Amino acid sequence: MRSIVLPGDLLATNPKVAGSGTYVEGGKVYAKFLGLLDKTDTSVRVIPLRGKYIPSIGDVVIGIVREVTANGWVVDINSPYQGFLPLSENPNVRPNKKPNEVLEIDDIIIAKVTNIDPKMKVTLTMKDKMCRAVRFGRVIAINPARVPRVIGKKGSMIKMFKTELGVQIVVGKNGLIWASGDRRKVNIVEEAIYIIEEEAHTEGLTDRITEFVRKRKGEFDEQ
Amino acid sequence: MSNKDEVRLIVDGKRLDGRAFDELRPIKIKVGVLKRADGSCYLEMGKNKVVVAVYGPREVHPRHLQDPVKAVVRYRYNMAPFSVEERKRPGPDRRSVEISKVSREALEAIVMKELFPRSGIDVFVEVLQADAGSRTACLNAASVALVDAGVPMKGMISSVAVAKVDGELVLDPMKEEDFYGEADMPFAFFIRNDRIESIALLQMDGRVTKDEFIKAVKMAKDGAMRIYKMQKEAIKSKYVVESEEEVD
Repeated sequence: MRSIVLPGDLLATNPKVAGSGTYVEGGKVYAKFLGLLDKTDTSVRVIPLRGKYIPSIGDVVIGIVREVTANGWVVDINSPYQGFLPLSENPNVRPNKKPNEVLEIDDIIIAKVTNIDPKMKVTLTMKDKMCRAVRFGRVIAINPARVPRVIGKKGSMIKMFKTELGVQIVVGKNGLIWASGDRRKVNIVEEAIYIIEEEAHTEGLTDRITEFVRKRKGEFDEQ
Repeated sequence: MSNKDEVRLIVDGKRLDGRAFDELRPIKIKVGVLKRADGSCYLEMGKNKVVVAVYGPREVHPRHLQDPVKAVVRYRYNMAPFSVEERKRPGPDRRSVEISKVSREALEAIVMKELFPRSGIDVFVEVLQADAGSRTACLNAASVALVDAGVPMKGMISSVAVAKVDGELVLDPMKEEDFYGEADMPFAFFIRNDRIESIALLQMDGRVTKDEFIKAVKMAKDGAMRIYKMQKEAIKSKYVVESEEEVD
């Protein structure tokens, strides 16, 4: 069983093992925030239970356009920091189109974080096959600390949703999830995701969710 | 203090409410009471009742308050008009501005601000019922709420006051002791891994001798450690429920 640690709890006395969620002071490793302890012989890390999404390079995020400027878009990425998508990073831009004809305020986009400067200015790109503007489907918001469980081990949970229900899903690292497909199936996905969020730290979650999805699917097949 | 003879605060070696000199008032802590806040805590310390909401790290408005290299911590201590017997005029006053400042500085010592440049962490503290030592109750609650919000911190803050009453030092004074006593000293400690690392807040009104002061620090440390254990217990009890079934 993984134990719960609080900020300042001593985790190890060897600074070499310090992983994410820890800090080193005076040669000792302490927990940085509330989380579950993951301790092995070679590393110690704390898996967060709560907290805001802090962008890092390469993350796929789902954002909402908040402002249109002459050289790009300001995007809310559900984080303390806003993202900026320059015109040059959006493949849909045409010379004869104004920025607001490509993306308007309140449009939702799937984008990737390309750069973060020391002042935490976040630059986004849409030059990736995953990235696009979202004009249909549903966006589900969860606690960003739970995102890894929604994805599952090597994407097992997502794969399960896709094979069992045939819906399209993109999970943003920032806690926003886009799902699209048959409305009733998306309903199931939404319910399942809330269950995952609720029970994120229990064992055998993928199996239980699979069971749940099959049961719910069976219910409307009978109707 | 002229009416010292009329008011006897210590009778037969016990305090007015029957406590020993180094005994805390009963403490009750509830974590995560506000759904919309990132972190929250409700705390009772004797007759003190306080609620804390923590938001952030989030964007700072107005923009000019932003710090390009670290997060800004904002702490608002506010007393409800009905928190004391005589109606308190709502809004910040000299006293609450001062308490907000010293409490914020105590928390700034443990929050890892440098991890969140240009952002802000807001701590809102509302006193629903006050009964001496409300700033210590608020700091205890704020510390728990910050942990609940998942804010990275070096450790936790535990806070308690020591007063001098009828020539005796007493821990965690209540209203009567604060009012008729000779001195009141709120303490806050930065505690890490069950050890007191440093003093994060220390105020004093009235006067004590050097020896008494040294004894007061010892008493406060002792009381703070007991509060720290209760704070930890409160946070863990919220999360243990949801991880009970886990096996690995």
